[in-house]
Formats: sequence, structure tokens, C-alpha cells
Amino acid sequence: MKLSALLLIASVATAQSDSVVIGSKKFTESYVLAEIARQACQSAGVRAEHRQGMGGTIILWEALRGGGIDIYPEYTGTIAEEILKQRGATETDIQTALEQQGIGMTKDLGFNNTYALVMRREKAARLGIKSISDLRGHPELKFGLTHEFLDRRDGWRPLSARYGLARTNVVGLEHALGYAGLVSGEIDVKDAYSTDAKIADYDLVVLADDWQFFPQYKAVFLFRKNTSAAAIAALNKLTGTIDETRMMRLNAEAERTKSYIAAAQLYSGESSESGAESLSHKLWRWISRHLELAGASLALAVVVGLPLGVIASRGGATGQTILAVTGIIQTIPSLALLALLVPVPFFGISVRTAIVALFLYSLLPIVRNTASGLQDISRPLRESAVVLGLTAGQRLRRIYLPLASRSILAGIKTSAVINIGTATLAALIGAGGLGEPIISGLNLNDHVTILQGAVPAALLALLVQLAFDFLDRIFIPRGLRIKS
Amino acid sequence: MNPLVQLRGISKHFEKEVAVSNVDLELERAQITVLIGPSGCGKSTILRLIVGLIAADEGNMYFDSAPISSDTITSIRRRVGYVIQDGGLFPHLTANGNVALQARLLDRSGKEVKARIAELCALTRFPENLLDRYPVELSGGQRQRVSLMRALMLSPELLLLDEPFAALDPLVRANLHRDLKEICARLRQTVLLVTHDLAEAAKLGSLIVLMQSGRIIQSGTFDELRDHPATPFVAEFFNAQLGGLQS
Repeated sequence: MKLSALLLIASVATAQSDSVVIGSKKFTESYVLAEIARQACQSAGVRAEHRQGMGGTIILWEALRGGGIDIYPEYTGTIAEEILKQRGATETDIQTALEQQGIGMTKDLGFNNTYALVMRREKAARLGIKSISDLRGHPELKFGLTHEFLDRRDGWRPLSARYGLARTNVVGLEHALGYAGLVSGEIDVKDAYSTDAKIADYDLVVLADDWQFFPQYKAVFLFRKNTSAAAIAALNKLTGTIDETRMMRLNAEAERTKSYIAAAQLYSGESSESGAESLSHKLWRWISRHLELAGASLALAVVVGLPLGVIASRGGATGQTILAVTGIIQTIPSLALLALLVPVPFFGISVRTAIVALFLYSLLPIVRNTASGLQDISRPLRESAVVLGLTAGQRLRRIYLPLASRSILAGIKTSAVINIGTATLAALIGAGGLGEPIISGLNLNDHVTILQGAVPAALLALLVQLAFDFLDRIFIPRGLRIKS
Repeated sequence: MNPLVQLRGISKHFEKEVAVSNVDLELERAQITVLIGPSGCGKSTILRLIVGLIAADEGNMYFDSAPISSDTITSIRRRVGYVIQDGGLFPHLTANGNVALQARLLDRSGKEVKARIAELCALTRFPENLLDRYPVELSGGQRQRVSLMRALMLSPELLLLDEPFAALDPLVRANLHRDLKEICARLRQTVLLVTHDLAEAAKLGSLIVLMQSGRIIQSGTFDELRDHPATPFVAEFFNAQLGGLQS
């Protein structure tokens, strides 16, 4: 009996060492490449999981270093500029530098997806613009650039400095939404990846980088050195097999079918969509994960927030500090909070990180409502409790907390509803939930997919509200609910 | 027998304002002592000092000859009943819950608590069928009866009443006056009652203590104060309240 248990544990352990987690960034091509890698690993007999759309470069890189993921697709230019911060590093330089961090890199997959500036064909023709240097004569043009491009070391600032472009008419826009803005004429110029399927779809012009500003962005896979040999071999087989045209076609396929799996299957020559999950099954998976995220973080926030609220209600320096700190946490943008937590060893890319982030956001309403609920108890009632000879603990449990119950519950309800909304962001670090279809829909500019996440999320928020109205009846003493 | 409570040279300031100044007071057992005076004269402060809601700046207080201090105050509070103007009933507990609270937290048996409450209902003439109601479902007079029951639950040696009838209409107040007097006589209860109503003091008090600006100006029976006022203020206080009745 013992022996068989040991064998079971051993077999589970080997199975785990032979399974890999593949991450992808929040744009179509990254999803498709990661999916291709996943299918290649599967065919090589390595169990592989794809964590989709985990936000930007830093989150993926830290996850890779920390072991949250084993593999993700990256571009040589990004590695040199953003990760190693060595402008103009050769491929050998990059290899060596990565080696020191315990990270390996495959040869390139066969295409160069460089950054590019794109315009509507008709507008470019009318103004006679063919290259980036031509933009100098047109300071009236409106630029809509992704936030990542605005901040990159090889992005907008050095580009505009090199070409001497005006920096006045610039707004930050999400990538897929930027295309919509470009087509509708709200912006004139946007940054793009040279293999974007949308370039062909919308008949856009890629402006020539006539002064060779953009570095090479050859696609590669980064992997942890301790990834199973079978998986690394499978990745190496993919190198040199995808050129620009093929990549653009795969991207187009993903956007047409709204399925990364289908695009990856087009690569490997399978046409069947047998791997596709049914909508009801997906919905169930998203919703249950979503509830898990919101529920666990809320429970944690109640357990921690109530005592903090009690302490805060006593005022003084400690109380002020508690309220100030929970208030400050609330002002940290959620994406920034996730990015801050991902490099922390215990957290990384995991459900745990998402729950902790949501927990931090739920604290303020609970702490503040508990504190104010307790502070609002009138002096005669407080003194009555004291004069009856009740101990401090008895006063809190028997008198003060029940009297503050309405306010405390309102705080918990606020946190719960906010949590349902915020939990959609968990998908950015691969923690799943209803954010998954919202983010992938946003990347595919596909409203149906967005709604598959947004509608259930709104309904959940409504249900939570109703559930709490019911809880009010249980937790708020009847004497506080009846009107005289 | 020694007095139940003694105050010796008690003073209390709030910021720079004098609330109570050098007060000496003794509460005789089985007697209703009335503290009376205009609002802000320090009469409620004395009650709050006795139960330790605030601490005196100077002077000493004794309860049954033992000094009142932060060490002894919790056990003393269980020997004192306290009723305030709006009753101070906990709105989340029923009348029964309010009255039984203290005894339950002291682990008295359910049977004992129930018997005691029935006894108190009879004593304070509170209908037993209203015990399951919440304070918000009771009239002002009923609430004060519940508050009185709560204060009497552990058979306290001292009953402190801080303007308990001020917010009630005259008819209800008159009934409560009559009942309270009867209850105190039957229980031989030591009482300190704070009021600004001279008629109430006359009806209930055996000893009347008149205060002004934190000091005791005169104490004695109603007749003594009325017939031999110690200062012009005493005479003025009596005239202001009784004059209205005579004209």
C-alpha cells in the first residue's frame, strides 16, 4: 500500500518535471506563437499549458526568471533594448547575457516583426508621405501610439528625436483600439508590428524606416535552462519555419476565426478544430475561476480588514496610518500593482498573485466602513456598555460590532462588487477568469468575445448585490432594521 | 451605618472650564438624594465621576468605605445601576435581551435570569408580553421602565438616575415618579437622582443638593431650602420654578 503510494507520488513528480508552462503577451502574434509552441510540445509528448495574454514584457520576463512560466515568444530587439538594455547587441551578445541569467534562446523563427509606423493609404498618398522622414513636414498629423511604444527605449522618444518629429499631437491608445481609431480617421499615424494582419485587412501603408532607426525584431522563444530537453528540442524544430508572409497569414487566420488554436493548427497543417472548447464549457471555466478569485480575496479582506477597522476606529497615529495606507493602495493602478507583485518570489505569475492584488484593493471599503460604523455609535450607548461593567472584549462583540453591522456589511458589499469588476484584470497575469475573453477579444477587436466576458461579469456583480441584500437580513440584527 | 458613597474634595476641569469644584457629598443608604441645579452646573459630572466614565483631577471617592480607583471600578460598576435620559438601551437587543445582558455575561443560569426578569416586570409594572419587543417598538415610558429593570437586574446597592424622565410627557412622568418612589421604598434602595425639575425633586427626594457652577450651594430637605435659602441664588432658583405654579 505504502509502496504504491510512493510510486504514485514518484510518477506524478516525473510527470510534472515533464510539463511546461508557456506564456504569451497581450497581442495576437504572441498568442499564436505560444499556441504553436504548445502544440509542438504536446506532439513531442510534453504536457504543455498556455497562459494567455499576460500583459507586457516585464511581467513575462520576470515570470520566466522566477519560474512562473518556462517558455515565451519574444523578439530580439525587445530583448536587447528592454530586457538587457544593451542597444545594438548582436545575437551572440544576447545569448551570453541570457545564459548568465539561466535563460536560453532559440534561433529565430524566420521573420522580422519590427516596429513600424502605419497610415491610411489614401491619406499618405494625398500628403505624399512614403517614409518616416516625410512626416517632418506635417506637424498637424495626429499620432495614436500604444503605451508600450511611448515608453520604450527604442520607441517614440528616441524615434521622434532621431527624425525630428513634433511631439505635440500624441495620444496613448490600446493597440487594437488604435486600429479602429486609424480607420475612422480619429488618428492619422500609429505604431504597428510589421506582421500585423490588420495592415493588409485595412489596406494600410507601412512608412519606410529610411534612417534605419528600428532594430531587428526577430522572433525567438526564450526558455528556462532547466526546461525538459524534449520541449527545447520541439522549440528548436520550429526555428526558420515562419517567414513574414506566413506569419501575417497566421495572424489573419487568428483574427478571422477568433481562435488562436485554429491559427496554430493552420501552421501544423491540421484543419480540424477538434481542440476547440465549447462555449458553455469555457463560460463555466471562466465564471468558476472568476468567483474563486473574487471570493477568496474577499474572504481574506474580511478576515484582515475587520480587525484593522476596529483598530482604526480608535483613531490616533495608528488608526490614521491604517486608513492612509489602505487608501494609498487603492490609488495604485491595478496593472502596476500586478507588475509589482509578479517579480516577488512567492507570487510570480499565479492565481495567488491575482488574489493578493484583489485582496489589497478590497481592504479600503471594509476598513473604512468598519471604522466609521464603530465611530458613529453614540456616546450614551458606549457609556451604557461601560457602566454595565462589560469588559472591552464583551463590549466589542456584544454591542459595538452588532451596532456597526450595517455599515460593515455595506463595506463588504462594496468590496465584493468592485472585486467582481477588478478580477477581470487577473487575466493579464494568466490567472484566468472572465477577463480572459475580454482581453483576447480586445486584441482581436472582436465584440462578441468581449461580451462573452463582460456580460457574465456584469450579471455576477448584480447577483452579488442581491446576495448581500439577503445577507443583510441574517447579519443585521432585527432591532436595527425595523422602523419605529 | 456609614454612608454608601463618600466624595471628599472632588474637582474636575474640562480644558480650562471648571465642571466640579471641591465637592463633598455623602449618599446615605436607603435614601433618595437629589442633585439639582441649572444645566451645566456639574450635577451629571458627579454621576459620571462615581461610575468612572471620567476621572477626577483632585479628591477622593469611596464606595462602601473602599476607595474608588481604576482597579476597583469594574467590580463597583456591577454594584451600581445607571439610567440615563433616553435610557441608553441597545437597539439591537430586545427588551429582554437588554435586561438580561449583564447576568448572561456573568453566566447566571437561564432559569435564574428568567425568574428575576419576571420579578422586575412586576416591580416596574412592565407588561411581560412586551419583553420580546425591540426598543424602537416601545413607547418612551416603556423604554425607561426597561432601562430601570436593566439597572436593577443585579440588585445594585446604588442606583444612579441621570434625568431619566426629562424627555417624557407629563402624564407618563407622573406615573413613573409614583412607581419609582414605591420601588425604592420597597427595595430600601440608595439612589442618586439628577434633575433640573424642582417638582420632581420635591416629590422624590429626601435630601436635596443644590448646585451652581460646579459647587454645592446648599443641601437639606425641600422645606429647609425653600424657607431658609443660603444665598440669593437658592431663593431665585426656587422662585423661578415655583413662581410659575403659584401665578
